[in-house]
Amino acid sequence: MSRRVGRLTVLVAAALVVVFGAAGCGATAEQAVIKIGINAPLTGDIPKVGEGTKYAAEMWLEDIEAAGGLEVGGVTYKVELIIEDNESKAESAVAANTKLITQDQVLAIIGPQASKQAVPAGEVANNLECPMISPWSTNPRTTKDRPWVFRACFLDDFQGPAAAKFVTEEFGFTKAAVLYDVASDYPKGLAEFFKAAWEELHGPGSVVAFESFTTKDRDFSAQLTKIIDSGAEFLFTPQYYDEVPLILKQAHQLGFDKPIVGSDSWGSAELVNLAGEDCYGCFFTTHYAAAGATGATKEFIDRYEAKYGYVPDDVAALTWDSLHLIEQAIKDTGGLTGDIEADRKAVRDALARIKNFQGITGNMTFTEEGDPIKACVVVRINEEGEFEFYKFVEPE
Amino acid sequence: MNVFLQSVVNALQWGSFYALIALGYSMVYSVLMLFNFAHGDIFMVGAYVGLFVSTALVGLGASGVLALPNWLILVLTIILAAILTSFVGMLVERVGYRPLRKAPRASAALTGLMIGIILQTGNLALLGARRRSFPTLIETTTFEFAGVTVTNTKIVIVLVSILLMIALHQFVRRTKWGMAMRAMAYDFVVVPLMGVPINTIAALTFGLGSALAAVAGILFGLAYPVLEPYMGILVGWKAFVAAILGGRGSVLGAGLAGFLLGFIEIFVALLFPSTFRDLIAFSIVIVILTFRPHGFFGEAYSARLRL
Repeated sequence: MSRRVGRLTVLVAAALVVVFGAAGCGATAEQAVIKIGINAPLTGDIPKVGEGTKYAAEMWLEDIEAAGGLEVGGVTYKVELIIEDNESKAESAVAANTKLITQDQVLAIIGPQASKQAVPAGEVANNLECPMISPWSTNPRTTKDRPWVFRACFLDDFQGPAAAKFVTEEFGFTKAAVLYDVASDYPKGLAEFFKAAWEELHGPGSVVAFESFTTKDRDFSAQLTKIIDSGAEFLFTPQYYDEVPLILKQAHQLGFDKPIVGSDSWGSAELVNLAGEDCYGCFFTTHYAAAGATGATKEFIDRYEAKYGYVPDDVAALTWDSLHLIEQAIKDTGGLTGDIEADRKAVRDALARIKNFQGITGNMTFTEEGDPIKACVVVRINEEGEFEFYKFVEPE
Repeated sequence: MNVFLQSVVNALQWGSFYALIALGYSMVYSVLMLFNFAHGDIFMVGAYVGLFVSTALVGLGASGVLALPNWLILVLTIILAAILTSFVGMLVERVGYRPLRKAPRASAALTGLMIGIILQTGNLALLGARRRSFPTLIETTTFEFAGVTVTNTKIVIVLVSILLMIALHQFVRRTKWGMAMRAMAYDFVVVPLMGVPINTIAALTFGLGSALAAVAGILFGLAYPVLEPYMGILVGWKAFVAAILGGRGSVLGAGLAGFLLGFIEIFVALLFPSTFRDLIAFSIVIVILTFRPHGFFGEAYSARLRL
C-alpha cells in the first residue's frame, strides 16, 4: 500500500514538472505572441450571447491571420485568443478575469458582456491594471472610476431616457408599467433610469406599476395582473431572452394587448425563435439593426451569416467593434516592449486617446470614463420576426 | 378585470406544478424515509423527454407518415414521457439509493444532490446550454368571463394535476401495490420480513413519483415554453417545501400544500411589492411550521402514508 502511495506521489510530481516546465518554456519560446482574453457566457442563462461573442472573435482572428499577424511598430505578432467561459455568473466572470490576467498574461480583455458579470469583473481588471472592453454592458458602474475599463456601447443612463423619449414622442402615452428582474444589475439599473426619466417627463406617479421578480422566475402572472389592473398604457421590460418570451406570452394570455417595449438585451437571434408571434410588433432600443444596414456593417452581417447561418445580433457586432478598438489601440502604441505591465499601460492610454472611431455600430469617441458617445437605435420586430430599423434617438 | 379571481386562477396553475412535484417527494419519503433531492431534476428530465417525444410525433405528422391531431399528440406525449421518465427514476433508485439503503441518511441525501447535479450537467453536456422551445400543442384560446381571463392551457393543466392527484390517491388506497406501499411506510423493517419485496416497491415508488414529475414537466413546458437544464432546481426546492408543509409522508397533504404554496406566492406578489415575494412567502411558511411543526397532515412519530 505504502509503495503504491509512493509511486503515486512520484507520478504526480512528474506530471507537475511536465506541466509547469511546459508553461515555463511556453513563456520564453512564444515571445512574438499577443494574447487577447475573451470572457464570455458560453453556458448559463444567455449562451447565445456567448456564442455571438465567440463567433465574432473568431472572425476577427481570421482577418488577422489572413494578414499574417498583427503588425505593431514594424514587428509582426501572432495573435492568440483565450476564450474563458463565465457561465453567466458574476463569480465565474471574476475568476475568469483573474485567470486571464495573472495566469494567461493577456494584453487586454474583451468581455464580459452582461452587466451582472461586467461590473464585478471590471473591478478585477482595474485592480490588476489590465485594459478591458466590455462590448455590451450598459450599466454605468462597469466603467465608473475605473480608468482601465472601457465599453463599446452606450449606457443605461442614456438608454433608459431614450426609451422614455421614444414612447412619449411615438405614442403620446403618459402612464407606464415596468417589469424587471430585481436580482440582476442590468435590468434593475435600466428600470430605475427609465422610471426616473419617465417621471421627469410626465410627473411623479406616472409610472403606475413598477413590478419586479427574481432571476429564474418563470411565472409572472401576479405581476402582470397588477400591471393590467394599474391601467398602464404600455409595458417596459428590460429583460433578457430567457424571460422575455415568457413575459410576452403570459401578458397576452392575460389579455394585455398594449405595446411592449424592451431594451438592447432583447436583441438576440434567440428571442424570436423562443417567443414566436408573441414578439411581433414589439419595440426595443438597441445598438444596431441588421435589417437595413449598409457599408461595413452590411459586410460584417453578410459574412457572419454566410459563415454561421444566422444574422448576427448586437453582441456580435459590438464584440467585433471592441476587437477593432483593441487592435487600433495596440497599433497606436507604436511598438510593444515585451514587458506585459508596461504594454498594458500603453494599450490603455492608446484606447483612451481614440477619437471618432468608425465602428459598425456607429462612430465612437471615448469620454473620460471610458464610455463612448453614440446614438441609440429603436428597432421594431416586424411580422416576419426580423429586427427592423425604426428610428434613431440621438444623444442630447 | 377582477384581480382577486384572476389571481385565484393564476395560483391554481402555478400551484399545480408544486403539487405534482411534491407528491413524488412525499411518496419516496413515506416508503423509504429519505428525501430524493434529485426529484426537481427528474422534473427537468421529464420536460426534456416530453419535448423530444412531442417533437418526434409532430415531425412524424409533418413528414406525412402518421398525422395525428394535436390533442392526441399531447396525450401520447404525456403517456410516453411518463413511462420513459419513470425508468430514469427507477435507474436513479437502483444506482443512487439502493446501495446506500443502510447508509446514514445524510449520505443518501447527499447522493440525491449529486445525482441532481449529474442530471443537470449531463443535460448541459449532451444538449448544450441553448434554450429549447416547447412545441405549441394546444393552440391557445382565451376565454373571458366575470372579469377573468382563462386560457385552455390553464384549464388543461389544473384538470390534469387534480385528476392525477385523485388517481394516485386511489392507486395507493385500492390496489395491492398501494397497500404494499402503505405497509412499507408503516413499518420499514418488519414488512419486508412478511414477504413484501422491498426492492420492487422502492422502484415502483420512484417510478410513480418520476412519472408524475414528467407530467409536471410537460405541463410546465406548455405554460412556460422555455426549457433549460437548470429549470428544475428552484421549482424542485419549492416543491420540497410544499412536501414538508403538507406533512412528511402525507401524499394528499403534499398535493394540497403545493396548491397552498402557489396561492401564497401569487397573493403575496399581488398584495405586497413583488420584490418581497419570496421573502414574505417563505416567512409565512416558517410561521406555519412553527405552529404545525409536522405540517398539515404529518404525524410526530411516524411517516405513515396517511390518506
